[in-house]
Parts: sequence; C-alpha cells; structure tokens
Amino acid sequence: MSLVYAGVLSHAPGITGRADLVKNTARRDEFYGKLDQQRREIEATGAEALIVMAAEHFANFFMNNMPAFCIGFGEKYSGPIEDPDWLGIPKTDVPGAPDLGRRLTREIMQTVDVAYAEEWKFDHGIMVPLHFLTPKYDMPIIPVNINCQGPPLTPLHRAWAFGEAIRRACDSVPEKIALVGTGGISHWPATPDSGKINEAWDRDFLDRLMRNDKQALLDYTDEETYRDGGQGGFEIRTYIATAAAAAGQGELQFYTPELPIFAVGCTVARFSLE
Amino acid sequence: MSLYSLQKFLYELNRDEAVQKQCRDDMDALLEKFDLTDEEQTALRDGDIGLLYVLGVNGQILMHFAAFLGIEWFDYLELMRQGIRQHGPVRAGVYAMTGGGDSFTEEDSR
Repeated sequence: MSLVYAGVLSHAPGITGRADLVKNTARRDEFYGKLDQQRREIEATGAEALIVMAAEHFANFFMNNMPAFCIGFGEKYSGPIEDPDWLGIPKTDVPGAPDLGRRLTREIMQTVDVAYAEEWKFDHGIMVPLHFLTPKYDMPIIPVNINCQGPPLTPLHRAWAFGEAIRRACDSVPEKIALVGTGGISHWPATPDSGKINEAWDRDFLDRLMRNDKQALLDYTDEETYRDGGQGGFEIRTYIATAAAAAGQGELQFYTPELPIFAVGCTVARFSLE
Repeated sequence: MSLYSLQKFLYELNRDEAVQKQCRDDMDALLEKFDLTDEEQTALRDGDIGLLYVLGVNGQILMHFAAFLGIEWFDYLELMRQGIRQHGPVRAGVYAMTGGGDSFTEEDSR
C-alpha cells in the first residue's frame, strides 16, 4: 500500500540501561509514556513492517568497508550486541522482512546507491527503539543505516535524497510500512561530557524539522554541528531523512533536556504524510 | 600509530561472543592477530579505559568495551577523565572532551 507512519525518537542506551539512576522520575515516566503512545500510533496504522532508520555504532560496519547507506533484508536479526545487563534489554531474535526489504531496495537503488546486508547485529541504536515500539519483538523489521559515525559522513543532502527514495519505494509496494528515524540531536555521548545538551540548538533544529523546511535542515556543516551539537549531533541525518520521507509537517510530541543521565535531549515526534 | 588496528580489535570483540570468549581464555593469542604497539597491547590487556580514550578510540567502541568489562557508568566517565589528567588531551577522532572534565549529569553526585 504505502508508507503509513513516519516518526522519530531517541535511542540512547541510558534510556533503558540507566533508568534506575534517574532523579527526575516524573519526566522519565512521561517520556516512556510518549514512547508507548508512539507504539500505539504505529499499531493503529496496521503497519506490517517497521523500517528503523538508525545511526549504528560499530555493530556491523567498520572503516574497512563503511557504507553511506545500508538496508537489511535478513530473515532474522539478533541483539543487543552490548552486555544485556548494561543496556537493560535481554538478548533476543527479531524477525526480518527479506522479501519486502529486497523489493524496497531495488526501487531505492534507482536513485540512491545503497549497500545491503542479510546479516545485521542490532546495537542500542535499534534495540532501544524496538524495546518500546515492538516490545514483543513480533513486528518484521527492516534495519536501515546512515553513516553518522565514521567520517567522511553521509552528506545531509544525500540523507534527504535517501529519505525521498525510501518514500517512493514504500509507496510502490502493497504492504503497509511504518518508518522511524532514530538518533540524537545535540549530545556528547561516550565522552566525559556525557549529559551535556545544547537545548537552544536542539530546539532550533526541532523547529526546522517540524516545519519540514528542507533548506533550513540541510543548512548545517559538519563543523558547525560538531561545535554546537557534538559528535552525537551528526545523527541528525536520520531525522532529516525521515522528514524527507514524510514530506509533511511534524508534530513534536515530547522533548526534554531534563534527563541528562540519558545523555541526550529525549525526543518523540511524528510527521504527517504528504 | 595503529589506531585503526586498535579500534578493529575492539570492534571485533564488541560484536562477537566467540571473540569475547577468546579474550577471556587467551588474550595473548587474540592480540597476536592485530598490528598493535606495545602500549596498545598493554592498554587492552589492562582494560585501561583512560589511555584507550586518549589514544583516540571511538567513544562508542570504547563505551561498549567498558560495558563488556563490567565497569559501572560513573566509574567509566571518571576513568576517561583520569586518562586525560594522566596522558593529556584526546589525540585523534571526534570524541574529545570539550570542557574541563566537570560532570554534566546531576545524578553523578560524587
């Protein structure tokens, strides 16, 4: 049928792994509630598969062969690669959507060169979203990756083109497909500055994102993002590609910088599809 | 300089339970497979998070290694700070510390 849902959410490992360390438990529980609402909204669309557009952290791709884009069409996946106690998510298998993934990839390749993978190990960047959005791990998943980790990174305008290609591909198949982009806005994860958040930069980015203003969204250099949003800010690529796929305005359902133990401004949003 | 090999070692370790088992059973044999300096080998053998951080190991790769070693969250952050105090600023990559090492996490009350 087509793309039936597009949204974005945070994926930082602390969201599940450090839940017990949170001081502002009311804000934490509000965040969890919004993630559960996102789950219900996806389920209400009747989606038959979920594309998780992620910014992975060296679970599969390394600098020996780093794709700008990759799409998974394995029969099944496993995760998390991290210590399950550290992440707060037990190791599990996740069903794939191999036939659908192949058909989508064929169409996407008409305009964007993508790598594909029939093997894929999920790290927190996909497992944290799945923990909230498909807690029984029964939804067929199509993992997608944009290189936000190993410079040279995927250019923002190519992430936009990739999002448009995903939309065109989804609209060319009979299945109902949901798409979530998952990343951070400003953050400095995995450094001593973990917990640092540039709220003003985040809110400006989210304003551009919710307006789905292509020109404003692509108007960041990596140098500016690194200075203002940290290396974690490079993950805006997944949000930008999701906006491109949706084409409609966004609705910010949740944002808070008040959970620094999660090391990111926690975000949940959805887009109208146009 | 063999930062590439150092990160490759940790990448393989982080994602593969068989490599993790070998790491526990026979670390020396595992280290032999990678082109590493003596300093890097020692840092890996000792689980020296601070030195590995300063050498420029990508933060995500290092964070997963710290989790594998069972290091608690705030201890992990402090080990990176100690590494900078002992060895100087991060030498490569994009995971440099931006400030003076203060905690940005209110929960870190120590």
